[in-house]
Amino acid sequence: MNAVRPSAITLENVIVTYRRLPAVHHVSGTFAPGTLTAIAGPNGAGKSTLLKTTAGLLKPSEGRVLRGALKPSDIAYLPQLPEIDRTFPISVAETVMLGAWKRAGAFGEMGAAEEQRVQEALACVNLVGYARAPIAALSAGQWQRVLFARAIVQEASVVLLDEPFAGLDEDTQSHLISLVHEWHENGRTVIAVLHETDFIRRHFPQTLLIARELIAWGPTVDVLTPDNLARARTTIAKWARSEDMPEHQHHHG
Amino acid sequence: MEHLLDPYSLLIEPLTAYAFMRRALVACLALALGSGPIGVFLVLRRMSLMGDAMSHAVLPGAAIGFIFAGLSLGAMSLGGLIAGLAVALLAGVVSRTTVLREDASLAGFYLASLALGVLLVSTYGSAVDLLHVLFGSILAVDDEGLLFVAAVASITLITLALIYRPLVAECFDPTFLRSVGARGSLIHLLFLVLVVLNLVAGFQALGTLMAVGLMMLPAAAARFWSDSVWGSIAFATGAAMASGVVGLLLSYHFELPSGPAIVLTAAVVYLASIVFGSRAGLLVRYRRQPHFHKPEEMKP
Repeated sequence: MNAVRPSAITLENVIVTYRRLPAVHHVSGTFAPGTLTAIAGPNGAGKSTLLKTTAGLLKPSEGRVLRGALKPSDIAYLPQLPEIDRTFPISVAETVMLGAWKRAGAFGEMGAAEEQRVQEALACVNLVGYARAPIAALSAGQWQRVLFARAIVQEASVVLLDEPFAGLDEDTQSHLISLVHEWHENGRTVIAVLHETDFIRRHFPQTLLIARELIAWGPTVDVLTPDNLARARTTIAKWARSEDMPEHQHHHG
Repeated sequence: MEHLLDPYSLLIEPLTAYAFMRRALVACLALALGSGPIGVFLVLRRMSLMGDAMSHAVLPGAAIGFIFAGLSLGAMSLGGLIAGLAVALLAGVVSRTTVLREDASLAGFYLASLALGVLLVSTYGSAVDLLHVLFGSILAVDDEGLLFVAAVASITLITLALIYRPLVAECFDPTFLRSVGARGSLIHLLFLVLVVLNLVAGFQALGTLMAVGLMMLPAAAARFWSDSVWGSIAFATGAAMASGVVGLLLSYHFELPSGPAIVLTAAVVYLASIVFGSRAGLLVRYRRQPHFHKPEEMKP
């Protein structure tokens, strides 16, 4: 993989609401090109919502996301594992081949060059020989490897991962994290929603800590402090209490 | 009953000796060509009941066509097409702009549409007309009807061939398709048009209620046999064609109404698939299967 130089992704006062309840509240900041960032926070903190908004899958109800010269197809987004119906009758190779969409589109040829890319990507994730297997036959770990292979074929300069290591065996986890580091070394911007703070400290130089509102964003050592983590927990508790009071209204000017 | 022992008079002659049977046979085969693949995509999109709902939604349009032009296939088909598309689009708009999910909003509109259709037919037509619209009669398909069914099958296959890749991608992983900036909703809309077209085509031959049977039963059965979309389509289309032929023969020999005979044949295929299906049938669960394993064992 050649070195890539993606644009920065900047959030400007982003608010995302579900039925008028804010899931992400006034978040601003920049994912600098080539950074490796973890999005951390308690349950219900809006981590996945923020990731989807960054990917362009959700529209902010206020504020905006600036992506510079990035086209939608320059951003690879990996959903949480259960989001795709794995009983769908499709093979591993076909799933990975979808990554060629940027080049082939809906109607273009997916020829020998793309087949080659798919084979190489499957080799990268240790799934050689599974090309023709139906995805229904895969374990959770193998399925996550397939999604990583699709991201490889996408050759995207920005990769967004939603809880990519949740529920995986240790082998798969360490294999996939080494792929993430490889992407980072090649200059890609990688952003991942993650749970375990120890894991983040070991592997992610940057962290964005969120509890509906932004708690801290910067070098992981400065962000994941006991103070900040405690503040994230109390903030999310405050938000939960305010949602129990439907008469509470809050207008943005 | 002696003629039943002779394969020619048992299987071939009934389908070739009479013009109405020849037309019925061709209509069945053409319907199967279009409905088979459409049904597979409905199953894959978890919209199996959508076909059923849409088949009811078609009714008031067909009734209005009937009021203006009598038993004219053209007018009734056009009316059915407009009513079906209107219900599908309204349901889509409501589910995207309100809290109602698509299945609930669709149920709301199709029930209203069905009631309106029954009201129109019973006010301006007769009970016989209503029965004809609801249950159709493949033995009464004329040349005009045949051309219509054939045209719909052609349009369906050509359109599916063109949009095959984005349609499969949209069914499988709509989030991915959106994330690469493709227009999934346009594909969805085109697909809905094809669903309604095929139901309208099936409606004269099999009636609004039975047309959806030829669409969904072979498609549901196909999931028990194939691990690929393409394989499912091939199976569903083949099963729909076979159901048409067998159903017509049964209807001829035992003097059964043709629509239910065809759909019941498809139902037998469906039930058999649940038990014997090679991919996920009940029997294979108790049998050892070849499995995908470590790379070195997979070398050809």
